[in-house]
Amino acid sequence: MSMEEKQNSQTSLDFNQNIFKPTSREEIVEIVKNCYRRNIPLEINGLKSKNKIGRNFQSEKTLDLSHYKGIIDYKPEELYIKVKAGTPLKEIVEELNKNNQQLAFEPNDFGYLFSGESNSGSIGGVVSCNFAGSRRFKVGSVRDHILGFQGINGKGETIKSGGTVVKNVTGYDLSKLISGSFGTLTILTELAIKVLPKPETSKTLVIKNPHLKKALSYLGKGLSSSTDPSGGVFYPDYFGKNFVLNDLTHEGGLTAIRIEGPTNSVEQRLNRLSKELGLLDQELSILDNEQSNIFWGRTKNLEVFKSLKGNLLRIVVPISETLQVIQKFKNYEIKYFIDWGGSLIWASFDQLNTKILNEIKDIVRKHHGYITLIKVEEDLKASADIFTIDPIKYKISEKIKRSFDPKRIFNPGKMYTGI
Amino acid sequence: MSSLQMPKVDKAIMSKKDKIALDLRGIINSKNVLSSLDELRPFETDGLTAYRQMPLLVVMPETVEEVSQILKYCNENKIKVVPRGAGTGLSGGSMPLEDCVLIAMGKFNKIIEIDYENRCVVTQPCVTNLAITHAVQDKGFYYAPDPSSQIACSIGGNVAENSGGVHSLKYGATTNNLLGIEVVLMDGTITRFGGKVMDAEGYDFLGLMTGSEGLLGVITEVTVKILKSPEVVKAALVGFPSIEDAGNCVAQIIAEGCIPAGMEIMDKALTKATNDYSKAGYPTDAEAMMIIEFDGTEHEVEAYINKAKEIAEKNNSSSLKISKSNEERLKFWAGRKAAFPACGVLAPDYMCMDGSIPRGKLAEVLNEISRLSKKYNLPVANAFHAGDGNLHPLIMFDANDKESLRKCEEFGADILKYCVKVGGALTGEHGVGIEKRELMCEAFNDKDIQQQLTIKVALDPNSLLNPGKVYPILRKCAEEGRVHVHGGKTKFPDIPRF
Repeated sequence: MSMEEKQNSQTSLDFNQNIFKPTSREEIVEIVKNCYRRNIPLEINGLKSKNKIGRNFQSEKTLDLSHYKGIIDYKPEELYIKVKAGTPLKEIVEELNKNNQQLAFEPNDFGYLFSGESNSGSIGGVVSCNFAGSRRFKVGSVRDHILGFQGINGKGETIKSGGTVVKNVTGYDLSKLISGSFGTLTILTELAIKVLPKPETSKTLVIKNPHLKKALSYLGKGLSSSTDPSGGVFYPDYFGKNFVLNDLTHEGGLTAIRIEGPTNSVEQRLNRLSKELGLLDQELSILDNEQSNIFWGRTKNLEVFKSLKGNLLRIVVPISETLQVIQKFKNYEIKYFIDWGGSLIWASFDQLNTKILNEIKDIVRKHHGYITLIKVEEDLKASADIFTIDPIKYKISEKIKRSFDPKRIFNPGKMYTGI
Repeated sequence: MSSLQMPKVDKAIMSKKDKIALDLRGIINSKNVLSSLDELRPFETDGLTAYRQMPLLVVMPETVEEVSQILKYCNENKIKVVPRGAGTGLSGGSMPLEDCVLIAMGKFNKIIEIDYENRCVVTQPCVTNLAITHAVQDKGFYYAPDPSSQIACSIGGNVAENSGGVHSLKYGATTNNLLGIEVVLMDGTITRFGGKVMDAEGYDFLGLMTGSEGLLGVITEVTVKILKSPEVVKAALVGFPSIEDAGNCVAQIIAEGCIPAGMEIMDKALTKATNDYSKAGYPTDAEAMMIIEFDGTEHEVEAYINKAKEIAEKNNSSSLKISKSNEERLKFWAGRKAAFPACGVLAPDYMCMDGSIPRGKLAEVLNEISRLSKKYNLPVANAFHAGDGNLHPLIMFDANDKESLRKCEEFGADILKYCVKVGGALTGEHGVGIEKRELMCEAFNDKDIQQQLTIKVALDPNSLLNPGKVYPILRKCAEEGRVHVHGGKTKFPDIPRF
């Protein structure tokens, strides 16, 4: 009996299957150890809500973590929840709701974009992609809420970092590094996440306004005021009609600013904000708690791009550059909306090819931003860089990848060729 | 002073001191290379004064290119390098090695750009934390993380240590307020992580570098976000008849959905010391004294402080005062901020510990500390950033008595081990440095530590950048350290510590 056969015979793992659906950490360890030994690349999936994001790559086997799920420990008074990585985000949100708590980073639900209906994915996927919603500029991104994790590295070793307490500077902060690494560094098994109380009231000031320049000025003033907004978006005219709400009196372009907190204070801050922005009554609407939640839910879900046929790019630039970047996009057929108070552009380009993509990348780079290809047609996807990277960071990324996954078996090539 | 094992001294490097100094004088302005004992003396220790070591040489570069060339030279010649900002760190992260070139970043002391439109400040790393706020406060902005040493500590050091502060429950630590850095790796590579945008793409090297205690790179530029200053800040000063009542009050305030800007608890021993020392006027009968601070708009602060008052009363508060003016609020804090010096007059020396615990375990941990205090026969007083579970026990001892020092160190290690045992962490905000290095295996197993070391080796294959810090050399769980204060004299007596 060869050494390999001997090792396999000690376990119950049937390595001939192509899709593994482990229910325990021990099974995951065994699968990874086998893949490591045999140099077999592994595609790692949760609920597949975002698996179309990233480069196509060759993998012999698939690790489906959707059965590795469950809440391990939830301590509302300690403001954390500890879960298995395959746990659906929806289940976590429902559990937190019972205690009037939330994940403040309100991650995007990409289900509407890719499949026309909600699929907010698994928590492991949310962390691996690190896409945060509208509250980003106030509360931080997904990575800012990860207190600790347990994962399996590319050799099949169980590793951990951080813990469950909010203040912890013991060793390197690997929770940051694994956030947004698209499953290329470790297989996440457990996550400890910071939770926060839901605000008593959430209301939204909606300004009738079809012009980006004006919108950016409103958002800039709003976000720099002491009214402490927790969301700021601009939807151009063509998206206005997507927001038919009782208190929303017009259907055109709009700028919306969210204010949250104790009820009295929300009223006071809303009044102040509309005064500071010099708004007339006929220019604005106020969305009450329920409508406000619907509005920001639709924003988080990218519902204006529901079942989008074309391409979708996620572009982040400093707020000061947004206007110029959009102006430079004038030559292309695009539909976009702006989130993160002016810094995040979600843009759908009707026609996208390598040449146009390179032009867009060039514009974004010149304005000190970055671009991620969220949805692109297959032929373009095969040739384009989904994430952009400079040679120095590529070299560092390569070294870090090797330090976690020396044989490149986890999602190889999903982020960059060779990583 | 305890002995502390550091990486083996490279005798060949020691013998080439003059040659190395000459070479470095060829790279940077020769007056910025310090080599005489008198010149080196100020760099022999940082804020953890129990440990001292003269470096081989000190260099004071003025540009990022100089930093790059120095590192490249040291890397090629296998010379150890220790980076240093303001040198106020409390865990010995900047303590020199006998055979090291110490890079003192003091000349990187300018703010480069204030960008109100993007609400950020771009600065050189040796600008102090408070100077950033000073630079933007005229326009009503501030930089949120506020370590107690903020008048002196450098922003680059804050990044290296991921410094927190009294207000980190609401506003986060350095890592949550940082947008970008420029950094030089050990091989001399200059690169930037992040910038003026949030969540720069690719692996989060910004997050990895933050809190890496100078082991992965030398920071040469920092971009931080700035916030609009809150309109109103109010505090409540509350006394409780027991630690349990105070602990329950903290848990309920959080559970009710109020997130205070700061929430501090002092135990009776510390309250008494503070009253005697600074005439703080704190309630003397209380077993626990708490400051709860809220900030925001007027109605918001009003709503939260009333809620906190209600919760405190339900939890048997024995006294409760709400600040009526900013002066009164600052008076509440004045005593708390004098708490550490107050301990300095109670005993010849004290050690300041820095553990992190689940908020709900406060009473249990304080009972254990009290038990240990009796066991070791050393008095202790406790300060607690209750909002985020960061505990600072102050152990009083006499450093001239070797037995007393030994007992103090054992006592300290026992406290930190207990913090880990109840689900907490070895260090909440001071960093591991040399101080808690050998305790790392309380928190991590070999595989965890090995993974971290593999990252270190990936970026610094010869382990030349700040070796001997953070990761255990002895690989046994024991002894050492803490912030040692003798005769009330810290290395920087004018810097507040709380």
